[in-house]
Amino acid sequence: MQITQTFRNTTLRMMLAFPVRIPFRLPSILQTMTVLIVALVSLPLVYLVVRALGAGQEGLSYLFNERTFTIIINSLVLTAAVVVAAALIGVPFAWLTARTDLPLRRVWLVGGLLTLVIPSYIGAMMYIAAFGPRGLLQSLLEPLGITELPSIYGFWGAFLAITLFTYPYIVLPVRAALLNMDPALEESARSLGLSRWRVFLRVTLPQLRPALASGMLLTALYTLSDFGAVSLMRYDAFTRVIYLQYTSSFDRHRAAILSLVLVVVTIGLIALERRVANKRHNYRIGVGCQRQMSPVPLGKWRTPALLFCGMLMIVGVLTPVAVLTFWFLRGAGEKSVELLQPTLNTISVGGMTAIVVAVLALPPALLSARAATRLNRWMVQFTYLGNALPGLVVALALVFFTANYLPALYQTLPMLVLGYSTRFLPLSIGATSSALTQINPRFEEIGRSLGLRPWQVTLRIIVPLARTGILAGMALVFLSTMKELPTTLLLAPTGFETLPTEIWTAHAQVQMSRLGGPALMLIGVSALSLFIILRQEKHR
Amino acid sequence: MALSELVSPVMNPLEIVHLSKSYPNTPVLRDVSLSVRAGQIMALLGPSGCGKTTTLRLIAGFEFPDSGTVAINGQVVASAAVRIPAEERRVGMVFQEYALFPHLSVADNIAFGLKGSKGEKLGRVMEMLKLVALPDVGERMTYELSGGQQQRIALARALAPQPDILLLDEPFSNLDVALRGQMRVEVRSILKQAGITCVFVTHDQEEALSLADEVAVMLSGRVAQVATPQRLYHHPATPEVAAFVGESNFLPGVAHGETVECILGRLPLDNSAYGSVTILIRPEWLQLNAQNSQAHASIAWREFYGHDQRIGIRLVDGTPLVVRSTAEADYAVGESVGVGIRGTVQVFLDE
Repeated sequence: MQITQTFRNTTLRMMLAFPVRIPFRLPSILQTMTVLIVALVSLPLVYLVVRALGAGQEGLSYLFNERTFTIIINSLVLTAAVVVAAALIGVPFAWLTARTDLPLRRVWLVGGLLTLVIPSYIGAMMYIAAFGPRGLLQSLLEPLGITELPSIYGFWGAFLAITLFTYPYIVLPVRAALLNMDPALEESARSLGLSRWRVFLRVTLPQLRPALASGMLLTALYTLSDFGAVSLMRYDAFTRVIYLQYTSSFDRHRAAILSLVLVVVTIGLIALERRVANKRHNYRIGVGCQRQMSPVPLGKWRTPALLFCGMLMIVGVLTPVAVLTFWFLRGAGEKSVELLQPTLNTISVGGMTAIVVAVLALPPALLSARAATRLNRWMVQFTYLGNALPGLVVALALVFFTANYLPALYQTLPMLVLGYSTRFLPLSIGATSSALTQINPRFEEIGRSLGLRPWQVTLRIIVPLARTGILAGMALVFLSTMKELPTTLLLAPTGFETLPTEIWTAHAQVQMSRLGGPALMLIGVSALSLFIILRQEKHR
Repeated sequence: MALSELVSPVMNPLEIVHLSKSYPNTPVLRDVSLSVRAGQIMALLGPSGCGKTTTLRLIAGFEFPDSGTVAINGQVVASAAVRIPAEERRVGMVFQEYALFPHLSVADNIAFGLKGSKGEKLGRVMEMLKLVALPDVGERMTYELSGGQQQRIALARALAPQPDILLLDEPFSNLDVALRGQMRVEVRSILKQAGITCVFVTHDQEEALSLADEVAVMLSGRVAQVATPQRLYHHPATPEVAAFVGESNFLPGVAHGETVECILGRLPLDNSAYGSVTILIRPEWLQLNAQNSQAHASIAWREFYGHDQRIGIRLVDGTPLVVRSTAEADYAVGESVGVGIRGTVQVFLDE
């Protein structure tokens, strides 16, 4: 009798202890940390809302005036045009490099990737130098009596500069999807009598939908948050107008209201992508090794395909690098340009951000990979907020906030790192959690059974196993920090020169010879970090 | 009279002649010739890496041979001079993982290769759904189906445009064992109802023997034997085929016309031979403690299956043999038994 009683008690205790204690204790610390991180990244948005509400009646009338409406339309038209054009370039480019017998495929691919390390504002500077008033093209045409060219400024300039430097955002996911696709799908369609072109339209393209949607979203987010290109091209999109409001009139309410509208538009786009890319299934049923798809022979299309890829390289990589090198060499003779300090500043602030973000990313990534309850998923979603906040908006909110409440921190290094971190945290969480989900939970259970505490398991088992993913995330954050212009412009401490600020200032003062060095350095360091990311990915 | 009829008076739907194919540094197919008669089901049976899947892909037109020809209904579709692509061959294909289009419903999958008006397509789709005995799943999405259902829909999709030949790549390997036997019966009945000429690839001998009218055994890139399942099992062409299809005991011996001399004594032959030979003895041809026992052995191990059993024996000189016997016989390990032969044995002449 007593034995039965004892037995019952122990089983009861075991039943209670197991489901409650073990899974609960680990997340509860993580949950607290995640809540704190959410609070930190939502600070800019909360502050913007407070500011905008403070505007009251005047704010409402500003929100509904014709000018605001025009800005929204401008931004949406530009975004739509860029996304469509980037898809029209990116999908064929991805297909050519992934599936055909096009010569020099790896060269084109690397070139396409290098395009990613050239910020669109540098691209815009190139186009202005080439096609703008008193530019390269005009000076060439002047002997022919042509003294005025159609203006590069405005919609077309912004459209060109952003499209030609963002199409790789579409190439990468689409190419990955093309390579992962089950070859049997296309082969089935062909054995059912469809020509290659119709197979592409009816089978391949529908399979690419989720990848294409996420690539288009990336492009759209980039376009909406782009500040450099639209400002240089004097196109009245959100970011340019917000910046002008802030610098010229120092009108905080209006800047805050416009920023909020921009955030709403951005969130709308993200929601749209979720709808389009919904119904994600793992379509590959087969296990075992993947059969290599035999490349599609291009035949008479080879020359046009080569021309297409060659043009993209000339426009996206060769021309910018050549022009920058020319300017750099021309400046090299003049008084020496301070290059070392801005480079060190950029690298150190980028490195700091990468480390801070990697640490901040761990709790939410662990939560989403190991304890994906409804509540936890929601909290992790919130940390992705930075994705929806353009750099200018984050920076502006932090400037207002510190100026009002924490003047000691105004324009200090920690604020700059916080600004970057808010914006790029999602990149790191994504990379880290995808690395974590690949770790077999049995390893953690073995660690626990060998007597390790949860935090020891995290440090001694999880982090080492997820190392490559975490490092890739850090390199991605570093790369993004390097390129980020508006956050740097607004939050960098006075006298703290970085490569983007050097470039921006030199261009504003029309001192092209001072621009070449920093720009080349920026591209070089970015290319190096991109190389590290790609190498890590290969090891995975 | 057309030239092709002069060459082969009976035109087979599929004729493969002297097909060779190699990938960089590795020959995959060497001089493969096969022909499949109308309405027949042929299995390409072989271990992995034997070239059976490559043969199938050459027939489908996803790859092209280095030399040799493939002819479908008398028309050459692949040779040194001709390269007809897959979509113009009228060859249906069912893949190992079925490859149903995940973005289309079941009905749209089946209608995928059809031409004509909407009404005609719908009629054909209904017909095919009835053929595969799944009349009510047309509106569903493919991932809502079970594995066996997916396979039948893949079959329906391939059969819908009425191809000249149907190819199946490891058709049952994605199904669990319990479902496999049932699907074999169903698929064979669907194929026979459709009257289609069919080639399928498998590494599972049971699958090949039970589903096919004829089996082509492929070993390291060559066709070792083409025969009916019965003939393949009872009269394998080479020791390698015998070893791959079914379980075999091999013993050395000397043949004297109608009999062969070996460690088991003088055994009757099914075909006369002379000289040094390798004797094939299937496990069920051996008998323990029968009247005609000429040799002695001890029981080494036993595997009891229920309907029958396998018994390992060791002859006096240590040679191990496997015996398949009825479930009733009861032997203890170590027990000494007499060994004899039921019927005749087959021999392969030594080189």
